[in-house]
Amino acid sequence: MTRSTISIQTTKADHHIAKLTALAIGLHVLEAMFPSPLPGVKPGIANIVTLYVLVQYGFGTAAWVSLLRVFASSLLLGQFLTPTFVLSLSGALLSLAILGLAQYLPKQYFSVITLSILAAFAHIAGQLLIVRLWLIPHAGVSYLIPIFALAALVFGLINGVICAQLIKKPAVN
Amino acid sequence: MLNKLKIKPLLGDYLVIIASAIVVIFLFKTLWSNAPASQLMIRQGNKVVGTYDLNQSRELHLHGPLGESHISIAQGQVRFKQSPCTNQYCVHQGWLKLAGQVAICLPNQISLQLIGENKPYDSLNY
Repeated sequence: MTRSTISIQTTKADHHIAKLTALAIGLHVLEAMFPSPLPGVKPGIANIVTLYVLVQYGFGTAAWVSLLRVFASSLLLGQFLTPTFVLSLSGALLSLAILGLAQYLPKQYFSVITLSILAAFAHIAGQLLIVRLWLIPHAGVSYLIPIFALAALVFGLINGVICAQLIKKPAVN
Repeated sequence: MLNKLKIKPLLGDYLVIIASAIVVIFLFKTLWSNAPASQLMIRQGNKVVGTYDLNQSRELHLHGPLGESHISIAQGQVRFKQSPCTNQYCVHQGWLKLAGQVAICLPNQISLQLIGENKPYDSLNY
């Protein structure tokens, strides 16, 4: 193989983000293979990585990992710039916004379980907003809100517990 | 199970879980109300054609892109009686009578939405 003449200077942090993002992409693609009873009701296991990174490495890294995951996964699944991608992105953005605020909650009272539940609600809120404003501009969408909210609570809780379990172990480098 | 995993949720976590559960229950109660509807809102494309009282017997004929849709209102309930669309999903949905119920005929771009005494919800308010 010919050596590439272009070289991009990468820092250690870049490699670190790339590794964590790869993990998130793997989980995202894995999850996409499973059928869902209702479009949009998904466990969102890739968010475990976002939460883990937020707690262990800080908000900046978590934002990189989350957004890179959304873009890269959509390319792998052939969904880039489709409605699915826009939903994924809007969910991730609102989720990050909430996490950006929630990270300042006092640590002695709120663990990653709280962060996970809040992020799950933000995720579904971001998606429903796009559905309501763009995809299905009809008040009938609100009929589905309770189901999505219940799913957010259940999966947010489960992901939070899994993440709490992971955080107990030493950070990977 | 949590003990086995040796995870200790903190006080705030429990509060968040309880608060979220209350929000979810509240959403089910408000958005899935079984209150009978009193009014019918008909949309054509993205504009509202009109709001009709449900407590009457009335036949409506609306012209969509495919032709004439026949909607009948009968004492508190409403249905698509006839539609020029091929799949007939709207007709098969049958009678609607609860607040919040919706029947949409996408091919002919007509939708029916039932509204309760006081419109039970804002479209997106959580």
